[in-house]
Amino acid sequence: MILGSLLLLGLFEFPLWNIMLGAPQYPEPLGMNIYINGIKGVSEFDIQNIDGLNHYIGMQTIPKPREMWEFRVFPLVIGTMAALGVVIGLLGFFGKVNHWWFLGWFGLMAVLGILGMYDFNLWLNDYGTNLDPNAIMKMTRPNGRPMTYKPPLFGHQKMLNFDVDSWPHTGGYLMFAGMTLTLVAFFIGKKSKNIAS
Amino acid sequence: MKLTIKSLPIFALMAVMFSGCNNSKSPNGNRGALASTAAEKVYVPPGEHDEFYAFFSGGYSGNLTVYGLPSGRMFKEIPVFSQFPTNGYGYSEETKPMLNTSHGFIPWDDLHHPDISQTDGKLDGRWIFVNGNNTPRIARIDLKTFETDEIIEVPNSAGNHSSSFVTENTEYVVAGTRFSVPVPQKDISIKEYRGNFKGALSFIEVAPETGRMNLKFQIMMPGFDYDLSHPGRGKSHGWFFFTTYNTEEANTLLEVNASQNDKDFIAAVNWKKIEEYINNGGGTKMPAEYAHNVYDHSTHSAKSTIKKEVLMVDPTKVPGAVFLLPTPKSPHGCDVDPTGKYIIGNGKLSADLTIHSFGKMIAAIEAEKFDGDAYGIPILKFEDVLAGQVKSGGLGPLHTEFDGKGNAYTTFFISSELVKWNVETREVIDRQPNYYSVGHVMIPGGNSAAPFGKYAVAMNKITKDRYLPTGPELEHSAQLFDISGEKMELLLDFPTHGEPHYAAGIPAEILAPESQKIYRLEDNKHEFAALGGDETRVERHGNEVHVYMSMIRSHFTPDNIEGIRVGDKVYFHITNHEQDFDVPHGFAMIGANNAELLIMPGQTRTLVWEPGQVGVWPFYCTDFCSALHQEMQGYVRVSPANSDIKLSWSLGE
Repeated sequence: MILGSLLLLGLFEFPLWNIMLGAPQYPEPLGMNIYINGIKGVSEFDIQNIDGLNHYIGMQTIPKPREMWEFRVFPLVIGTMAALGVVIGLLGFFGKVNHWWFLGWFGLMAVLGILGMYDFNLWLNDYGTNLDPNAIMKMTRPNGRPMTYKPPLFGHQKMLNFDVDSWPHTGGYLMFAGMTLTLVAFFIGKKSKNIAS
Repeated sequence: MKLTIKSLPIFALMAVMFSGCNNSKSPNGNRGALASTAAEKVYVPPGEHDEFYAFFSGGYSGNLTVYGLPSGRMFKEIPVFSQFPTNGYGYSEETKPMLNTSHGFIPWDDLHHPDISQTDGKLDGRWIFVNGNNTPRIARIDLKTFETDEIIEVPNSAGNHSSSFVTENTEYVVAGTRFSVPVPQKDISIKEYRGNFKGALSFIEVAPETGRMNLKFQIMMPGFDYDLSHPGRGKSHGWFFFTTYNTEEANTLLEVNASQNDKDFIAAVNWKKIEEYINNGGGTKMPAEYAHNVYDHSTHSAKSTIKKEVLMVDPTKVPGAVFLLPTPKSPHGCDVDPTGKYIIGNGKLSADLTIHSFGKMIAAIEAEKFDGDAYGIPILKFEDVLAGQVKSGGLGPLHTEFDGKGNAYTTFFISSELVKWNVETREVIDRQPNYYSVGHVMIPGGNSAAPFGKYAVAMNKITKDRYLPTGPELEHSAQLFDISGEKMELLLDFPTHGEPHYAAGIPAEILAPESQKIYRLEDNKHEFAALGGDETRVERHGNEVHVYMSMIRSHFTPDNIEGIRVGDKVYFHITNHEQDFDVPHGFAMIGANNAELLIMPGQTRTLVWEPGQVGVWPFYCTDFCSALHQEMQGYVRVSPANSDIKLSWSLGE
């Protein structure tokens, strides 16, 4: 339980999510790493270059940390959850709380995670569809409706000349591993309880 | 005979194996080791990379070209000594100082011999040095940016041919004098050549970290023609060897008069001894005038400084510093084998190659077995220094390179062939014809202690019918040989630009990972850079107008300028704000009497335009930079000289 919640701290070091954009002209794809406290280019100038390309289709620039409340709140939430997990784990170790607290932490984390994903998706949606009406290129779908450029939340999508891949990154995987460990802790706790009784 | 059931499958298997062998052999007949075709060996599939970089001198183009081997594909022309309208080198305000000399602005030279920097006798791939033969200069090109970083003029010299070769640890890059001249220059009769004309050998030290060049000393040699040179290495490190011709000191009709002596000399210079001598206060400071031009990648600008003094060394004042090795028949190439044991004189008017032994030379010097002197410089006896001769059967040997496996490859201009021979036994192993009249040969690292003996490139002087005809003027032709086997195999002909005299090759894996992609905008310290959009502006100072302009896909800021008058001198200082690989922008101004600018990401370049006609004149981007490249354009309004229209500039208004 303690280990699992400590793995959340990996999010302060490693990106939660990663989006890569490859195209014929970009054999070395452009990419952005999404951290809980901001977005950085995979290579030094990737963000600037993605913004440069996006201006043709009227997309907003990729937000700086101070432009989104999420980048202030997420680190607090993650830090708090990690601390809470450690406290629950310690109390559990000394027998002060039972394994249901572990599941409770997991449940809370899962809810927060889903909310985070929902929020992330809202941002992607806004980023990909809220386009400058004076954009240089206004592309339309075969059905005549304006084309939008929302990157996939999860997986691969072809957008104009770009292949966009969106997957969790190291920090995200550490978080999933940590959450799984707390679930394991719950079952171990449950089993030992059963044996004890 | 009793066949067991068990042994049957074994026979069956063997039968399959043998038939398999036969099958694989049959399409190629009995060509054995040469089973693969030449086409396969030079084919680099689309998107894949060559194994070697090859830098070919451009000769009278004044520039250096970059090729890939084995494909023979040309990647780039690097402007060095010649103005290059393709990217504005020598036309832009930033690069014009690179071509400054004591004779003023010289927009051209004759670039001869590239040599890559070395550490411990091995190619280190940091810089490549090249020489300008006409107005004597040495240039250093950075191999991260593939741009000319520095040019130093060589005073008291003419025909800087015996360069630009580097010592084992790039302590020095060396220059020589092919056309001896009065030193210092003076108004005397040409007929007074003998004894009055001198040939300076120049040792230019190279700063180990920055590569910055400094003319450390010159050796005032007799008035011979110093043709080519190479450093000692290994045991002979600390020595430098120069071939000479015209030891007759003829001043006219050299083709006859300089070909009379049966033997000319290889001058052996112990530069370590001279270095010691000058470090102890030796040598004489002599007034001179020469330009030193340095390009700075943070200011993106070159500065030219005229230097006023040079340290001159009289070789007769430094005992043990210089000796002359008699060498038959006007030797041209002067090549030292990878071990440093042998010095090869390629006697261009003979059939044979002369191989001098460094060990025998040292023994003869120690025993003081001299055969007179030339202007006080001791001459050694031919027999005392000779290791042997290669009875080649060819005619007109010019240059020799090495494969690092004990073999040498010598070009023969007159008999038009490449000859492979064993350095120790001096026996000829193979010979292949060249089409036609080969000059230099290049093996990557083939003049270093550690050659990469896979390919040899012969650079031919005469092309004739090798390609589709293109009128009287033809490009030269190179030929690529596979030298990995016992016999050389011709793989490919490819045309080369200008007149490649020599080339230098290096494995791609040494250079490619270091190659720079962009210049960082935040490191741009150009005086006139507009780094942010708010720094773009137009300023007038009398009739000088400075436009601080930026460019990014796909517009100039500003793109409308008014208030320019006929008679103004307009400086367009343009900064490329891109930070993406391979997104240069160009700038061309109608009626500008110079060239375009090609500006790399993060770089600033300046073009001067002196409008002579009233009107509204467009400028545009010349490099197809994006889908909206055609829209990347702007206008300048030019009013009469006495107009009072206010200076104004805008974008998107």
